[in-house]
Amino acid sequence: MTSSAAPVAQAATRLEPPLAQTPLRVDGLVKRFGQITAIDGINLELRAGECFGLLGPNGAGKSTLIRAIVGRVIPDSGRISVFGAPAASPWARAALGWAPQELAIYPRLTARENLYAFGRYAGLKGAKLREAIAWCLNWATLEDRAGEIAEKLSGGMKRRLNMAVGLIHRPQLALMDEPTVGVDPQSRNRIFEMIEALRAAGTTLIYTTHYMEEAERLCDRVAIMDHGRIIALDTREGLVESAFGKRSQVKARVNGRPQAVAAWVKSHGGRYADDLAQTGGESISGSAEFTVENPSQIAMLLDSAAATGLEVVDLSLRRPTLESVFLHLTGKELRD
Amino acid sequence: MILSIARTALVALRRDRAALALAFILPVAFFTIFAVIFGGQHNATPRVTVVVVDQDRSEASRQLVAGLEQEGSLDILTTHSVRGQSAVPFDFAAAQAAVKAGDAPVALIIPKGFGDRPITLGPALPGVAIRMLNDTSDAIAPQVVMGLLQKVAMVSMRERMAQLGLDYAAKEVGGFTPGQKKRLEDELAALHREMEADANRPSGAQASSSDDFSGLIKVDRSAVAGESQNKNVISFYAAAIGVMFLLFTASGSAGSLLDEAESGALDRVLSSRVTMGTLLGGKLFYNTLLAFTQLVVMFVWAWAAFKMDFFSHIPGFLVMGLSSAVTVAAFGILLASMCRTRAQLGAISTLLILMMSAIGGSMFPRYLMPPAVQKAGLFTINAWAIDGFTKVFWRDLPISSLWPQVLVLLTAAAALFLVARRAARRWECA
Repeated sequence: MTSSAAPVAQAATRLEPPLAQTPLRVDGLVKRFGQITAIDGINLELRAGECFGLLGPNGAGKSTLIRAIVGRVIPDSGRISVFGAPAASPWARAALGWAPQELAIYPRLTARENLYAFGRYAGLKGAKLREAIAWCLNWATLEDRAGEIAEKLSGGMKRRLNMAVGLIHRPQLALMDEPTVGVDPQSRNRIFEMIEALRAAGTTLIYTTHYMEEAERLCDRVAIMDHGRIIALDTREGLVESAFGKRSQVKARVNGRPQAVAAWVKSHGGRYADDLAQTGGESISGSAEFTVENPSQIAMLLDSAAATGLEVVDLSLRRPTLESVFLHLTGKELRD
Repeated sequence: MILSIARTALVALRRDRAALALAFILPVAFFTIFAVIFGGQHNATPRVTVVVVDQDRSEASRQLVAGLEQEGSLDILTTHSVRGQSAVPFDFAAAQAAVKAGDAPVALIIPKGFGDRPITLGPALPGVAIRMLNDTSDAIAPQVVMGLLQKVAMVSMRERMAQLGLDYAAKEVGGFTPGQKKRLEDELAALHREMEADANRPSGAQASSSDDFSGLIKVDRSAVAGESQNKNVISFYAAAIGVMFLLFTASGSAGSLLDEAESGALDRVLSSRVTMGTLLGGKLFYNTLLAFTQLVVMFVWAWAAFKMDFFSHIPGFLVMGLSSAVTVAAFGILLASMCRTRAQLGAISTLLILMMSAIGGSMFPRYLMPPAVQKAGLFTINAWAIDGFTKVFWRDLPISSLWPQVLVLLTAAAALFLVARRAARRWECA
């Protein structure tokens, strides 16, 4: 896949005249829809060749930010530049590729016809267009389905075609807006491979998702968005470090009287997971999470549980994840 | 359970404005249009424009023209404008040209000598015939004019009038000799036979007669436009039905804009090098080609199946076909750019197109309609397109005569497209 993706960087649209090296710069961006502030003062700068993750729950403002970058939303204030050119300028359009969250393809055209149409809209023609279509079909592993009507493709294939259509002109900066929504695990892995191939070819990427594991796997840096703001921005490790330091997380599953469980969780600064259940009589069974400075504190937790008559049936130690960071910063689950 | 199902359907209908409009507004609107056109609130007979050329200029001819001008159902034109000069009396050629051009469905030429023998009292005393030039695209007007002409001369009483004339002569002059009586009785018998023959003659044959003696005033009738009526009726309906379905096709096709907006494809297209102007231009071009192809299919079918003379009218067809196609394409794009959903587009386009087609002449000829509805029809694409096709296929007029229709259609197309472009700004950026 890497070999087939290699031409991307070589054949990528060259900007005339040469512009700035910074793929994307966003300064003080604000966008309101009536009373709702969708983007509330965002500043952002991408590094060439990185995969930049935008994490946030539904309604956080991710898609509005993406649409502002591709010139489909006019900001109330602030500035966006793509390789130094204003958003929606011809240079910015040529340098940007966009795979929107929706399946923005022509359902009654075949995969190849879709690629042809959007290739023409991007200004490609002749041999360049044919070459671009061949590359896209190969990149999305749709060569054997090239003649299939788009609406008859499987969900995963439609998603891949949706991505390929956005990259038909070989852009230097690709924006992927939740490309794995509604696809099965196999198709998701296929999409990950496509993203990794783009990264290997040097394409700068913005990847929005509300799946933590995707951001952890694919992204060099991650911005966490909530209520139209970026509330944290760093590498995965940097985010965890700044939120939790060297601390780790312990997840313990216990059985016991409700009052005893509550007192135990509270005394160690933990929180309930969402699987509490009555087990018969006055006992409950459930999980709680704790943050510990070092693993030796686990012994204290176990001793304390035993002292209050609780039975610890399962216990695990792990480094905090982006999910933990998000929870820590916003006080809510990412998928709320 | 049945009530629950009905209630669910009712709630769904109440929230579907498009379905509500189709269910309640369209039938009422249609009923109103038909009631206005055919109902009793207007004169049953539409006013007929008649060009009158008085070549005789006698007392009798002046009285006849004055009598016709008194008729409420007729608009009598005796003069016209020529190169800036107004009130120039019509001559034969000008009257013929006016009928050919569709300015008037009927022209009456009162020939020299009419005043000497204005009425016909049997074969022995023939009157001088008035010449009627008519356009067969309007089957009603000649009949109306013929009837009103004869009304003046009391068409149904000519035998009685003659008898009264004889009685008057016998009384005042002192009677006739046996020989004179015999000749007069023969003449009356001949007149009687002729009236019986008139009464027994099929009405269609009477209507199509080129020598209409059905009253005191003799009329020689000749068609100057649309000589082959059946074939021309076919060309009329090819145009009339064609334009109506063009409108449906164009609005349905332009609805792809709404599909693309809903799927996000429109956003994606507009994030590429394609601007909204280019996009709408592309849609206009495609919809024009689609509509024009539809017209070609319609007319070629009319030629193949109904022997309509298509191939000798190709230049006129191209001019009118392309003008009509681009206008309906722009109309469809305007509707699509103003509607929010496909369902809304479906309802509004059905409502508008059926109403436009009804008053614009796609369902029945406009000359059957009251004058006010005929004028309202001028605000429809159908009326101008059908008028243009009629000029080409019925009247055999040159392409240059199509300029009013082409000008109106192209101006309408430009205006509709500009408004559509403005309405489409809502898709350009949030």
